[in-house]
Amino acid sequence: MSFFATPQSMHFPEVLPLQSGASIRDYHLAYETYGTLNADRSNAVLVCHALNASHHVAGVYAGQDKSEGWWDNMIGPGKPVDTDRFFVIGVNNLGSCFGSTGPMHNHPDTGEVYGADFPVVTVEDWVNAQARLLDRLGIQQLAAVLGGSLGGMQALSWTLQYPERMRHAVVVASAPNLTAENIAFNEVARRAIVTDPDFHGGHFYRHGVIPKRGLRIARMIGHITYLSDDVMNEKFGRQLREGLELKYSTQDIEFQIESYLRYQGDKFSDYFDANTYLLITRALDYFDPARTHGGNLTRALARATARFLLVSFTTDWRFSPKRSREIVKALLDNRRSVSYAEIDAPHGHDAFLLDDARYMGVMRSYFDSIAKELQA
Amino acid sequence: MTDKAAMQALARLVPPGSRVLDLGCGNGAMLDYLQRERGCSGYGVEIDDANVLACVQRGVDVIQLNLDEGLAMFDDNSFDVVLQIDTLQHLRNAETMLRETARVGRTGVVAFPNFAHWPNRLSILRGRMPVTRRLPYQWYDTPNIRVGTYKDFEVLATKNSLRILDSFGLQDGEEVRWLPNARAGTAVFHFEHA
Repeated sequence: MSFFATPQSMHFPEVLPLQSGASIRDYHLAYETYGTLNADRSNAVLVCHALNASHHVAGVYAGQDKSEGWWDNMIGPGKPVDTDRFFVIGVNNLGSCFGSTGPMHNHPDTGEVYGADFPVVTVEDWVNAQARLLDRLGIQQLAAVLGGSLGGMQALSWTLQYPERMRHAVVVASAPNLTAENIAFNEVARRAIVTDPDFHGGHFYRHGVIPKRGLRIARMIGHITYLSDDVMNEKFGRQLREGLELKYSTQDIEFQIESYLRYQGDKFSDYFDANTYLLITRALDYFDPARTHGGNLTRALARATARFLLVSFTTDWRFSPKRSREIVKALLDNRRSVSYAEIDAPHGHDAFLLDDARYMGVMRSYFDSIAKELQA
Repeated sequence: MTDKAAMQALARLVPPGSRVLDLGCGNGAMLDYLQRERGCSGYGVEIDDANVLACVQRGVDVIQLNLDEGLAMFDDNSFDVVLQIDTLQHLRNAETMLRETARVGRTGVVAFPNFAHWPNRLSILRGRMPVTRRLPYQWYDTPNIRVGTYKDFEVLATKNSLRILDSFGLQDGEEVRWLPNARAGTAVFHFEHA
């Protein structure tokens, strides 16, 4: 069993200007910290989360079974990111549905639930909000920012928005922007949600309903893209759910994989907010630091001064190694310090959350070297 | 060829303060040495997981890549020196990689086992493939898919319009400049593109 974690919340009355031109004020950020901030406040590591995760990165909640944080295998005492040496911070992003201010909370002006009126937030906005939390925690410079997938995009964005406030960026299973195919998957998920009759243009809270059908389908398509063909075949193959005989039904569950996807969809629709899903997939779509540099990633990353570790997984087709190599190349062009590990793991995009000795070894060694720097 | 004397002999070909790309950098010992002793900077390239890990452990920047897929990630003349130390013999496209080495680096250093070293010749005369300290494998399990000689490399370098700045043999960590093709287990070439 892991250590006990305690969620905290910080209130920000002031206005946060957003990339869209809109702004948000009077918001809360949910966060957790593990380990101890050292005397010169130099050992802080910020962990950024992906689509459906939260500030609960590691540890368990007292009295709650199976409440391990989403990266509990990576972070904790004696783990690759060792909380005996680092002060680790997990933050729930704005617009999420796990404690920070999001579409299910009230707008401070109207007192009404935000719903569809919650402002569109971007990766850059999240990074700005995270930086304000660090101000309040009295942390001027981070030892590292760490994230996988959409979290990796935040880590990359940190190096461009606050280069002087961090020393290392660890970007796992991520990309410098989404490909058309990737945006397409997000769009299918969003259409599933907004065309659910229970969605009510995003104001379903007023109607006392939840667009669960849309959320289920959004999750099903997402889940397919996070796995590899091989792993799916190995796990489910063509196994039937019941017995050995075909039912010759078009609507009943026939194959195991159908049952699994429906289960995942049901589970997800019980806890995830539909507007949050739209907001976060949009943040993924919009992220593209090269856009303001004529599509030239090398020029975009010229601002970065951090040292980088990038990790990708060979069977990850949603955030493929090719995309990580683009970041590596842009860093090489800028003569930045970068290491890159391409892990031959079978689990697709999900590999970044799983145990793999090579992956864990590289992460542990990299954070060991950061810890050594702190002592020097 | 991991012994210190050989490493130092090769390091002498790398001017202090150089920006170095080490292709097939192994556990990163050479780059580590060049960074500490000669104020160099740069990256290693490795395919092997254990070697990538060893590099990260010692704080050497490493890029995990299969060299047989080329060096598209690296721009022309983006390094002062590109090293290929005991790498060439593992490459399917050794000639392409030699050209890539010359393209990416202002100068290149290639070191590889010299098959014409006299104990190897003797073994062939006896009718058997050599198994030596330098080439410790049996013919059926060797990872060295390219075997060549000091003289062979001279021909390949000329074919690819490389200007050889210096070349010598290495044996027991010592430079061999007299009859290196017969007297040295390792061939070393320092070159630039014409």
